Amino acid sequence: MKTGTEKLFMKGNEVMSEAAIRAGCRFFAGYPITPQNEVPEYMSHRMPEAGGIFVQAESELAAINMLFGASATGARCMTSSSSPGISLKQEGISYIAGAELPCVIANMQRGGPGLGNIRASQGDYFQATKGGGHGDYHLIVLAPSTCQELWTLTMNAFDYADRFRNPVMILGDGILGQMAEPVEPTPYEPVCELPDKDWILDGCKGREPRVIRSLYLRPAEALAEHNRHLHAKYDRIRHALPRAEEIAVDDARLVVSAYGMTARIAGGAVHEARRRGMKVGLIRPITVWPFPEEPFLRAAEHARQFLVCEMSEGQMIEDVRLACQYRRPVAFYGQGGGWYPTPEKIFERIAVLYEECR
Amino acid sequence: MRFARPETLYDVPTHYCSGCGHGITHRLVAQAIDDLGVRERVIATAPVGCAVLMYDYFNCDVIECAHGRSPAAATGLKRCLPDRIVFTYQGDGDLAAIGTAETIHAANRGENITVVFINNAIYGMTGGQMAPTTMIDQVTTTTPHGRDARLQGPPIRVCELLSSLDGVAYLERVAVSTPRDVIQAGRAIKKAFQYQLDGKGFSLVEVLSMCPTDWKLPPVKAAEFVNEKMKRVFPLGVYKDKG
Ligand SMILES: Cc1ncc(C[n+]2csc(CCOP(=O)(O)OP(=O)(O)O)c2C)c(N)n1
Ligand code: SF4
Repeated sequence: MKTGTEKLFMKGNEVMSEAAIRAGCRFFAGYPITPQNEVPEYMSHRMPEAGGIFVQAESELAAINMLFGASATGARCMTSSSSPGISLKQEGISYIAGAELPCVIANMQRGGPGLGNIRASQGDYFQATKGGGHGDYHLIVLAPSTCQELWTLTMNAFDYADRFRNPVMILGDGILGQMAEPVEPTPYEPVCELPDKDWILDGCKGREPRVIRSLYLRPAEALAEHNRHLHAKYDRIRHALPRAEEIAVDDARLVVSAYGMTARIAGGAVHEARRRGMKVGLIRPITVWPFPEEPFLRAAEHARQFLVCEMSEGQMIEDVRLACQYRRPVAFYGQGGGWYPTPEKIFERIAVLYEECR
Repeated sequence: MRFARPETLYDVPTHYCSGCGHGITHRLVAQAIDDLGVRERVIATAPVGCAVLMYDYFNCDVIECAHGRSPAAATGLKRCLPDRIVFTYQGDGDLAAIGTAETIHAANRGENITVVFINNAIYGMTGGQMAPTTMIDQVTTTTPHGRDARLQGPPIRVCELLSSLDGVAYLERVAVSTPRDVIQAGRAIKKAFQYQLDGKGFSLVEVLSMCPTDWKLPPVKAAEFVNEKMKRVFPLGVYKDKG
């Protein structure tokens, strides 16, 4: 780690790790997988320095279940992995969502399905935003596109987790995890009110014993009741958290949408289009669950068409279609399997579609 | 052994079948916690298995874990709160099939937790299928002709398996099928908790336990099954004691 007076220059994986520690994360469990190995490596020395705990788990399954225990004690806790490991965590994520335990899970996505490859991908969007594990639950999913934003969103992730007693996923990718860029290490400030953790397990001294569980057998209505309670919470999250960055959308005839690293690349193409006098804008979802629907609906008033770019065969595009209520055609540019677009290629697509929008 | 209800158990009827070993073992665990005076420091993990509802019976903090994952969850609990007393309570499917990796690695890391392991040689909750500890020739709903070593392998002996791991402080196999066995089981469980209190590392007590319902035996015959069949395959005794 090179530190200037107020700049850090580290890989995204390390930026995220340091931000987590500064946000008060005191338990990390993980298992090696490329391209996120820097996270457990960094945590293995920084956690003990910060008075926290690092455990190299025997699997991603064990790591997420260690969080299940750690979170139950009230500790801010985190695990990270990449796609195949995130699949293995899904069982634990479902239990954590069911038991309403706060924690942060980072996915530095790589190519899939299966073992895939170790290059960057956005193929896990469905898994992250639509469920992944069993049962009717949601994660809060944050999609940073720069190392600076990764710093901030990692800190926010712990606050959102605590505020809503819900697991939060940082949905990055192999490029974000591996690239180094200067980051201003802004101090940790809670972004929201943090409720008292009056539900933790720490031994029942001076109070009635508590139970943390996801099992609701009796009475027969109990599980339906619990699901209603969870969904009322998800509605509050849908109300409170959707976030997107909008660039030059106000008068745009063509609106490009992308998240994470792809949005950064698409941003270059949109900039080029504007330079050439084309009315093109960009909507970059920062939260991908809850999905920021409002900017799309607004843009559909004047835009003739949308273009979604993803490092996949097309997943977020379904949410864009829903968000603009099918009022405009939504085109797609992207590819799966560990590929990334260039600004030039995206610009070519923009140029062709823009002709149709005139 | 005292006969009053231990404070660590609520005064409620349990859902366990008559003659089941879970009820006796609950009582022994609760008594050990009472005797050591640590109830208000205890965090228990409930398994997936017949004991999943143990949080309705134990008068202490309880977290109900995914099938087999208790040792990992207990790792998180204990590492965050090292001065609390953390124990897992697991059946043979939970501990020695789906959770084998979590068991072995928690043991090998020497996690300072206590494991109460109910070996009833069968899957109780799901209706009597083969367990990793089902014995050769034992009939279950998935070994209708008896367990065949050539097809299903022989039963796993957990204490023997774990005894090679340096992180383990204490391993003992006990039974709850005779009054004398019950007394020894109580001693072993208390000792396992004492080891945790003393910071000695991973302790596990394997309890040979009756499942009359899925063995399709009346309670008295089920106890005889433990004494005559199970104790031969799973000899009682101390398998490791770091002292
Ligand atoms: C992931 C998963 N697989 C399977 C099950 C179904 N299941 C519930 S309990 C159980 C086995 C219980 O047997 P054991 O651990 O020996 O405990 P016992 O009921 O005999 O006390 C199984 C397979 C489950 N709940 N979760
Ligand atoms: S099915 Fe077997 S293990 Fe389960 S409660 Fe009944 S006797 Fe006990």
